[in-house]
Amino acid sequence: MFNAIVITEKGLTSRFLGLLDTLSAPNPHRLPSSVAREDEHLLVAAAKKGDATAFEELVNRYEDKIFRLTNNITGNHEDAEDAMQDAFLKAYAHLQDFHGDSRFYTWLVRIAANESLMRLRKRRPNQFPLDEPVEGDTDLMPRELEDWDPSPEQRYAQAELQGILAEIIDQLDPEFRIVLVLRDLEELSTQETAEALGMSVSAVKSRLLRARLKLREKLNRHFRRGTLN
Amino acid sequence: MNCKGVIRELSNYIDGDLDPSLETELERHLNHCEDCTMIVDQTKKSIEILCDSKPVELPSDVRSRLHAALREKTGQKPT
Repeated sequence: MFNAIVITEKGLTSRFLGLLDTLSAPNPHRLPSSVAREDEHLLVAAAKKGDATAFEELVNRYEDKIFRLTNNITGNHEDAEDAMQDAFLKAYAHLQDFHGDSRFYTWLVRIAANESLMRLRKRRPNQFPLDEPVEGDTDLMPRELEDWDPSPEQRYAQAELQGILAEIIDQLDPEFRIVLVLRDLEELSTQETAEALGMSVSAVKSRLLRARLKLREKLNRHFRRGTLN
Repeated sequence: MNCKGVIRELSNYIDGDLDPSLETELERHLNHCEDCTMIVDQTKKSIEILCDSKPVELPSDVRSRLHAALREKTGQKPT
């Protein structure tokens, strides 16, 4: 089962406690995030005092990323737009519940993820049981093993690479796609991802492993040496 | 550790979440297994590329509707 929408930082559900204290752990593969600018807390403080322009600046800053998130989770343009819009409106309505224990963007991601999940569940009830264990590891061993160039992404123009990644994410089963998006694209920690989805940490890890292997396998078809651009 | 063990611990290894003893064991395997080394490197690279990807700009009509809804909520006049 998914969590109900949880917007306040503290108090509404015990499941949510601890999540906000668990900021993203250092992660060797992570690139420095360009999302959190130094003035974010100033904008949030101004918005909380009723400065609508400050909130709109936050929206301007994050709307592209939040739309990518809702699009990636719902896999449906209409739902993605609705989820994004509702996420920003709910964030505005509940700004007083944000106490700065996490990054504002992380808080926003969790709201947007919940909005997206609700819509995905409506369209595909019982299609992606996040709380059930995944199958054993007998089929995990990658079969396609070929050399890549040292910087294979440079073969493609940025827009083309974005298209390839979007297609790959879209092809993943929702239960793997959601975990990959929250964990690797939105940079939530494993604990934060588990809390946001109402899953155990081990279930997140298990799905993340499969999603990452799938990602590699699908990129292999584009990146292996000798592949025509 | 065998190849299957490496794949099972791949995510934890990439995230730096392995116990030191298990990490040493895994790296010992990587020292002599080209296939597993390739899988580890390519998976790391795949995640880096995903992390580094930039979101596509929000379509202008979607953006207009979003900001109209926000202004309605906040009582702000259109600029």
